[in-house]
Amino acid sequence: MELDPLLLSRIQFAFVVSFHAIFPVFTIGLAAWIAVLEALNYRRPDPVRQKLSQFWIKIFALVFGMGVVSGIVMAFQFGTNWSNFSYAASNFMGPVLSYEVVTAFFLEATFLGVLLFGRDKVPRGVHLLAACMVALGTFISSFWILSANSWFHTPAGVELVDGHFQVTSWLQAIFNPSLPFRFSHMALASFITGGFVVVAVSSWYLLRGRNPRSSTMALKMTIVMLAVATPLQLFVGDLHGLNTLEHQPIKVAAMEGHWETKKGAPLVLFGLPDSSAEKNHFEVAIPYLGSLILTHSLDGEVQGLKSVPAEDRPPVAIVFWSFRIMVAIGLVFILLSWAALVQMLRGRLSESRRLLVALSWSYPLPFIAVVAGWFVTEIGRQPWVVYGMMRVSEAVTPSLTGGMALATLIGYVAVYAVVFGAGVYYLRRVILEGLEPIETAVDDESARPKRPFSALNTGFDRETQTTGS
Amino acid sequence: MESIDLTLIWVAIIGLGIFMYVLMDGFDLGVGVLFPFAPDDESRDLMMNSVAPVWDGNETWLILGGAGLLAAFPLIYSVFLPALYIGVFLLLAGLIFRGIAFEFRFKSSASRHWWDKSFSIGSTVAAFAQGAVIGAYIQGFEVVDMKYAGGAFDWLTPFTVMTGLGVVTGYALLGATWTVLKTEGRTRDWAFRMSERLLLGVFGFFILVSAWTPLTKPFVYDRWMDNAAWLWVFPLFTALVSLWVWRSIRRRHEIIPFVGSMLLFAFFYAGILISMWPYAVPPDYTFWDAASDPGSQLFLLLGVLFLIPVILAYTAFNYWVFRGKVKPGGGYH
Repeated sequence: MELDPLLLSRIQFAFVVSFHAIFPVFTIGLAAWIAVLEALNYRRPDPVRQKLSQFWIKIFALVFGMGVVSGIVMAFQFGTNWSNFSYAASNFMGPVLSYEVVTAFFLEATFLGVLLFGRDKVPRGVHLLAACMVALGTFISSFWILSANSWFHTPAGVELVDGHFQVTSWLQAIFNPSLPFRFSHMALASFITGGFVVVAVSSWYLLRGRNPRSSTMALKMTIVMLAVATPLQLFVGDLHGLNTLEHQPIKVAAMEGHWETKKGAPLVLFGLPDSSAEKNHFEVAIPYLGSLILTHSLDGEVQGLKSVPAEDRPPVAIVFWSFRIMVAIGLVFILLSWAALVQMLRGRLSESRRLLVALSWSYPLPFIAVVAGWFVTEIGRQPWVVYGMMRVSEAVTPSLTGGMALATLIGYVAVYAVVFGAGVYYLRRVILEGLEPIETAVDDESARPKRPFSALNTGFDRETQTTGS
Repeated sequence: MESIDLTLIWVAIIGLGIFMYVLMDGFDLGVGVLFPFAPDDESRDLMMNSVAPVWDGNETWLILGGAGLLAAFPLIYSVFLPALYIGVFLLLAGLIFRGIAFEFRFKSSASRHWWDKSFSIGSTVAAFAQGAVIGAYIQGFEVVDMKYAGGAFDWLTPFTVMTGLGVVTGYALLGATWTVLKTEGRTRDWAFRMSERLLLGVFGFFILVSAWTPLTKPFVYDRWMDNAAWLWVFPLFTALVSLWVWRSIRRRHEIIPFVGSMLLFAFFYAGILISMWPYAVPPDYTFWDAASDPGSQLFLLLGVLFLIPVILAYTAFNYWVFRGKVKPGGGYH
């Protein structure tokens, strides 16, 4: 069998981008969390909060490091495997990605140095500024990359001249129709991801009676945020879906498992989509609900997959199932965060052991939901690289052979297995180590053996004692 | 837009970006290259901590190089990367292994020597791959209809192996002189000794590349032999600066070796650009052939003209915060 460079490149891109995406999604939420802690600590210094912040900065540094190294790969994937696309779309993609570098990457990378290593070297205000700049950088970065990504789905502000995209309106191209929805959806996803990781780690500590004060503090702050963010995500996700229905109806048809165009379409809860038979096996569906959700009317017409030729349809089953996984996890999030909120308001959070156990196991869910969501939107975009304008098959590097693509695919899988394995191992270690002690022991020489400027921290401690709380 | 040549401005900006990358990631990759030769573990801790707060920002210039080429010279981006496909993978794998070593090394105990290897081998492979890219640029590419049409290993020749080794040596010199600047005691003394040897090596590679390039590239030969005689000030200055660096190392001066080595890199860099001008994708395509739409070049230029100075300012601030010698126990521990 001949190795297909196109298929292998698609697998490679899906692999490296999925692997990369989980890190920024986490760090965007975490950077905001650290900035909030640092800001609160700046206004009212509190040793518990400072330890909490230092602990999460350690986690942040590990995850950010993995995000950086896997991100450098992304900057070159377009050229190595998709050079025809790069060349054709360079007029738009080049400036947008460059703006991401000059407005965000430098900001994050440079101020990260001060955030990680500068606490004792710069005034407190400057350290807070560094925390804010890192958080701001992660946000600006997601804006640009999602602008570029949204343009793949809803291209605007360009025209094709001899196979080359020429930008006719930068405003329309950057703020293309799906950007506001995608950006809000992802921003919320980042907060929810960061939130559930913080909640999981804090619950785990609480269950073992470790760092009770800082863990309770972290839980309270995060649960309130999650109780707002998770239902809001359902609402924003629905808006995003409606936007997709307007611009990419075939993607929605795949998500919903709708083969026929009809009025009063059902909501398919379960089914095994079969692309060759063009139908779902073992379908379980609620009549009319599909139309109601998508068109907000019982007999609204919903376009089916068979309205376009088979070569213009995405792979249905994976889109259909990824969508269900994402939505199911989203509903679990609402349930968990509201249960936690209720228990918190009743003042019984620390006694609700079953809830804490559930929360402590929740950390993989946001990552699964995020990757599933990306599968829905990106596989749902197939067979187009730029929706309706350029096919994936036209985008691949012409000189690429199957052997080359396979060799680097195996290479990336091997490298990332090491990175990820070691990363998870050290994350686990940092979490097992826990926060630097303040709640139990007096701050003596055993607590911080090598830190040269510990006097500064002691000063903080004294300050809080006089301020009181 | 007739009066302003945007392409020329973009050559200057991308040229500056790549040069910033070579200088800044050059010294922190060089620290990695030298890592196994350091006298002891404490020196290794110090060396790594001396670059820990800045390496991430340094590497960002590479991403700017990649994205900037896509924006301003898409032909370079879409020919170099397919042509150097395997080399680019090696470069990225090297950068990944050295990058994660920063975070993992200080959190490990029994497995620390693995992260030392990850850091040094990753840095060396990345440096070699970058040198090979320069060699491949000088060598030229087989391009048909604006698309790369050669094979997977066309880039790997004796010439590119030599430029690869040359850059490894050059980065190691930057790393050694940086270590002189940032450390004290036996670490610094060792770095002085390394600087001395590496400077000799770098000068050797300079002679080798300068002789080999014109002999294989007739147009480079013509440029240096027939055209402007003023070009010869570059090798002259290179020799003079090498001598200056050599003497400063012998006199155990702590700043001049690093500054002088950076200056050497500036001359090498200028020398290559002058030899290859105006070709972006040799042997056939110039920077003007490789340029993107003027509208795109202008749109990005407006932001970059404002943002690059801002970036340089806060980068300088970062270096200023972490100025001076690194002390044991600072940074990661």
